[in-house]
This record gives sequence, structure tokens and C-alpha cells, in this order.
Amino acid sequence: MASARVTTIQPAHPIFDLDLHSLYEFRELLGFLIWRDVKVRYRQTVVGVAWFALQPILATLIFSIVFGRLAGLPSEGVPYPVFAYTGVLVWHFFAQAVSRGVNSMVAERNLIAKVYFPRLLLPLGVLLAGVVDLAVGFVILAAMLAWYGVAPTGAMLLAPLFVILALTTALAMVSWLAPLNVRYRDVSHTMPFLLQIWMFASPVAYSVELIPAQWRWVYGLNPVAGIVEGFRWACLGTTPPSASLIGASVAGVLILLAAGVIFFHRMERTFADSI
Amino acid sequence: MGIERDSLPSDLAIRVVDLSKRYELGVRARAHDTLREQITARARSFFSAGLRRTTNTHLALDDVSFDLPRGQVVGIIGGNGAGKSTLLKILARVTAPTRGVVHIRGRVGALLEVGTGFHPELTGRENVFLNGAILGMKRTEMVHKFDQIVDFAEIHSFIDTPVKRYSSGMYVRLAFAVAAHLEPDILIVDEALAVGDFAFQRKCLGQLQTQAGSGRTVLFVSHNLGAIRLLCQRCLLLQSGRLALDGPADTVIEHYLQLVGERNAANPSGPRQPDAGEGFLLHRTVAGGDVTIFCGEPLVLEFDIESLHPPIDTTVGIGIKITNPAGDPIVSMDSVVQRAGYIKGPSPRWSVRCDLGRLPLNAGTYFVWVYACVYVDHTVKRYAQFSNALAIHVLEHDVFGWGTNLPRSKHWGPVYWAPRWQMRPTTARGNARTNAAPIPSDVPETVACQDYSGS
Repeated sequence: MASARVTTIQPAHPIFDLDLHSLYEFRELLGFLIWRDVKVRYRQTVVGVAWFALQPILATLIFSIVFGRLAGLPSEGVPYPVFAYTGVLVWHFFAQAVSRGVNSMVAERNLIAKVYFPRLLLPLGVLLAGVVDLAVGFVILAAMLAWYGVAPTGAMLLAPLFVILALTTALAMVSWLAPLNVRYRDVSHTMPFLLQIWMFASPVAYSVELIPAQWRWVYGLNPVAGIVEGFRWACLGTTPPSASLIGASVAGVLILLAAGVIFFHRMERTFADSI
Repeated sequence: MGIERDSLPSDLAIRVVDLSKRYELGVRARAHDTLREQITARARSFFSAGLRRTTNTHLALDDVSFDLPRGQVVGIIGGNGAGKSTLLKILARVTAPTRGVVHIRGRVGALLEVGTGFHPELTGRENVFLNGAILGMKRTEMVHKFDQIVDFAEIHSFIDTPVKRYSSGMYVRLAFAVAAHLEPDILIVDEALAVGDFAFQRKCLGQLQTQAGSGRTVLFVSHNLGAIRLLCQRCLLLQSGRLALDGPADTVIEHYLQLVGERNAANPSGPRQPDAGEGFLLHRTVAGGDVTIFCGEPLVLEFDIESLHPPIDTTVGIGIKITNPAGDPIVSMDSVVQRAGYIKGPSPRWSVRCDLGRLPLNAGTYFVWVYACVYVDHTVKRYAQFSNALAIHVLEHDVFGWGTNLPRSKHWGPVYWAPRWQMRPTTARGNARTNAAPIPSDVPETVACQDYSGS
């Protein structure tokens, strides 16, 4: 007992003291938050897990009619529905993670006002709970691949890598936007609109080949472009993304994330006062 | 004097140095800050620099310092807005201070609200684990204590039912049960006992007492002064964010009560709004302020009741409750129940005279609560409550001429009573030892007992 850890509470922390120790200490809570999120989400629904599968399927259906049939967009040699679905799947995962993550603080305002825990656990929990949804969607994808007779390649093993990159990007966004949302609710009102635009700025419904070659690098500044392209390549064996662009966006995301986590940590100490 | 800011001696659990917390009211008051408002406000303050937001801040805690040795059980009291909750929030790390330092040794379990994080869709069992994790318990610890928790909450058959189907009592019991089994090095409790039925409150108090007894450091905020007196050795009194008094619980509570009494007496003639219910005002006449009497003196309470809706069709009874400083009732009376009088008629203002006679109160401080109860069809439809309407200070006095003052209420309870005693040697069991001298048959039945001083 005598050697128990001494915690010091003071107004300002050193900027790089991110208190990762207590993040580790509360790792079980993270598990419970993920578990609660998944459980509660499906408990009072009739179709349960199918809900997540349904949304991307519907989006794919619409894209297939509008872009595949009517506009006749090229789909890099795979049937358009499979092409669109892979993009939608990983995009939907990312978009849900961002919008849920941004709202995760406000949604748990009671908790924030009454209990201490590293606040970063809330968006982390929401983000990781989304992986369960993604897994369900992946089963559908496997069924589609079998139906359309698309043989997976060895690159499939790299798919999780792009999922992790999507998670990291989402977390980087959330670490900036969630604290802002605590102060300014405008952020959450803007999210649907922002994500809509972002989706069309990413190769979800169309192939990156439609972008003129000299503008590809500008296009590649959007990290989600690389994620969608990479995930699709891993699943379907389409054109691989440019390694240098992926590398650049990984670096960009990591910088954004590091700064975001510092920002988050500085803001979280007074969430309880302004939430 | 000077406390070292940067260290925590090993015998201390908590050291608080010059702790202040400033809230920006402008930010807090608006629940839905929008960016636009913020921008316009910034622009406005830019153009009117000089009279900036200094008036918009509120110092909830102002330079508070204290040390807490390990194993001490400390109560925190003070009026609303005194900074009690802010202090606990900072110690619990829910919010950061504006100035000052706190050092805390060991794991802190903070119970600022019962049932935080309970999810209505989850079952009792699931919520126990979730809530435990939120409060910082390890999973293995919870598995180990699960049965104890369910036993404590008394909800065995409902443990696998979603808590949204629980009655509010069950909900609170389960929530408290989880919290009560948290075994941190330092336990911080805010008003959490103000829930549940009376029997359960007793149980919670008992649990806290056990924790307090087991060498745990406990910080406890409550309006229930009785509970503080029962649990705490030491007490901190906060007043407008400042630490006004720090000392033995009894002394601090007594001081606080005097303050409260003063505050109530500060405006002796102005009308007072009820603190529960509405429709009535209490006017205290000159004779109706705080009173000081000697033990056994007769006492008459006089005050005016103003009815905002003159009771033409209704009957208004006047109730009086006398409580101890902790707010526990000692005796209550009601003019209607007693069939002794009521208010009815067009007049808005009524003077009430209540001759209490010689109330058998021991020396100490008591509070009088006044009630105006509106009766419709012989049942109380609504009522207005004026708590702590006035204080009665009872001074020690030799009521019966025994040659010694009656003892203070603190040790002997609030009421004095002089029964008739008889003591005779028993002969029925043969060899009973005789402690008292045989009482001659010609001694009057009432025997004055003389030795009150020794106890």
C-alpha cells in the first residue's frame, strides 16, 4: 500500500505526457465499451446483425443501377456490383467510425460528467466496435465473390492492413473533431455533409482510372482514396495503388493522429465543464 | 506552516495545495454553444476590449489546501454552491483545476452519482460488469465479488432482466451495490446515499462504515449531517469556495449549524418562500425569530402565514416539526390531525400561535419546520414546507431541582423524562445481591436520582 502510485493533478500537463499508462490501465473498460456497443446496437432490432450488411448492399444496388448500368462506368475488369461493394464496404466502415466517433463524447456526457477514465477510450471503443460490422459485411463480400466467380488472390491477406489504415485515419479525424464537437455542436451537424462530399472524392463508386494521370497525386492526398483502392486491390486483384502515394498518406495520417492525440489530451481535461 | 507543493509524505493519502477552479459562466450557461455564437462573441469582445469576460467567471474553489492522512474518514459540508462537488470532481479527475496541485496516493474510487453508465438495454448482470469496469474494477475482481453484489442488492431473480424493467428502487440498489464493493485505496462519495428507501440507506451507511473501518481513506460529501457525524472523525466546511473550517466533525458541524441558523435569522421579518411546495409565505413576527430558552421553560411559537390563494373552499392545517441539527424529526404536530384548529376564509394572512408548553427537550440546538397543509376532503392535497424556519437553542438547566443540570442532548438524546423509580431488594430468587439499600416503605414513590454527573 505504501508504495501505491502517486497521481498528481494539476492544471497543465507537459505537452507530451499523454498518460498512456492509464490508457493501458483501463484496457478492460475498452473491451466492455466495445462489447456494450455491439450488444446494445443489435439488441432491440429485428434483423439484428443484418442491419449493417443491409446499408452497403442498398448503396451498392443504387450505384450499380446509376453508375454501372446508366452511366456505364468502367470497373477494372470485375463485375461492377462487386467492384462497388468492396469500395462501399470499406468506405462505410470508415464513415461510420468517423461520425460515431465524433459523437461519442456527447453521447456519453453523463459518463464524462461523473467518472474519470481516459476519454480517448470512448471513440476507440466505437471505432473498434465497427470492426464487427465490417466482419459481417465481409461475409457478404465472400458470398458475392463466389457468386460472380471472382477468385481471391494472395493480396487478400493484405486487406486487414488497409482496414487498420482506415481505423487509424478515422481515429486521427476523431481525435480532432470529437473535442471540437464537445464545444461546438456545429461539428456534428456538418458531418453528414462532409462525409457525403468525401465519399465522392474517393474512388468508391468509380475507378481511380477515371482521374487524369497528372492529377492523380492531388487525388492521392486524400488518404481514403488509397485505402479504398488498396482494399479493393487486396480483395479483387484490381490495379494496385501506388506505393509512394500510400506511403505518403500513411505518413500524413500518422502526423495528423499524433497531433490529434495531443490535442485531444489537452482538451479532455475540461470536457466535463463544457459538455 | 508552508506546505511543500511537490511532495506527498508517505503517511498522507491526499495533499491538496492552493486548489482553485474557475468556471467560465458564459461557456457553461449555454448548453449548445455554436461556432457562430462563439465567433460573434469573440468579435464583440475584440471591439470592446477592456470590459472583457472577467465578470463572466465564477470561482467555484478558491485556494483550498488540506492534507489527508491515510485511513482518515473525512466529511465535507457546506451550503449549495460552496464548492463541495467541484472539489470532489477534481479529486476524482473528472475535471482539471485552474490553479493548484493535488497529490493522491493509490487507487481512487469515485462515486459521484449512483448508476453512472448503467445501460437500460443491458441486463443486471451485464450492467454489473460494465459499471464495475467504468468505476475501475478489474474483471477478475468483479467475478469474485459478483455474488456478494447481487446479495447486497437483493435482486437475485431479476439479475438477467434488462434494467429498463427494474423499479427505480431495484435500479438504485444494484447500482449502489456495485459501487459499495469497489475497494479502492481512497473512496470519494458524493451524496450517493440520498437514494433508496430508508432501510437500504442504513445498509449503505453500514457498508461505508465497514470500508471506513478497514483503514480506507474516505471523503464523503453529504447534506445528511447525521451520517457525517456517524462516519467521519474530521470534517471540512466549505463556504463560497473557501475552506472555512477544518476540524473534528462535531465541532465543524456545530459551527455550520450556527451559520445556518444565523442565515435564517438574518432576515427575521421578511416573508420566506417555502423550500418545498408553494402557495404560502411565512412571516415571522418579532417574537418569531430564533429563541433561546432554558431547559424546561415553556415556549410559544408565533408566526404569520400568508396564503397566496385565500383558503375559501379549502382547509389549511398548520404543522410543526421539531428536528435535531441533522434534520431527523423529534416530534411533529398538526393542528388538523389534532382537531385543534385550521385556517379557512377570505383573509390572505393569518397569525398562528402555537403554545408548545414545556417541551421536554434536553440542552442543544433544534430546528422548527413549519408546514401549511391544504386539506381537501380530509386528505392533504398539497403542502408548503419551511424547513429550519427557526432554531431553538436550549440551555442547560436544573429542571427538577435535583441539584444538577440535565445533561446535553448529545449524550442523553433529545428528550428528557423523569419517570417514577422503585428499587427493592429481590427476594424471589433467594440470594439476589442487594445493590441498593432497602427502601423503607414510608419513602414517597418518586425517588430523586442524584448521580447524573458521572455518566
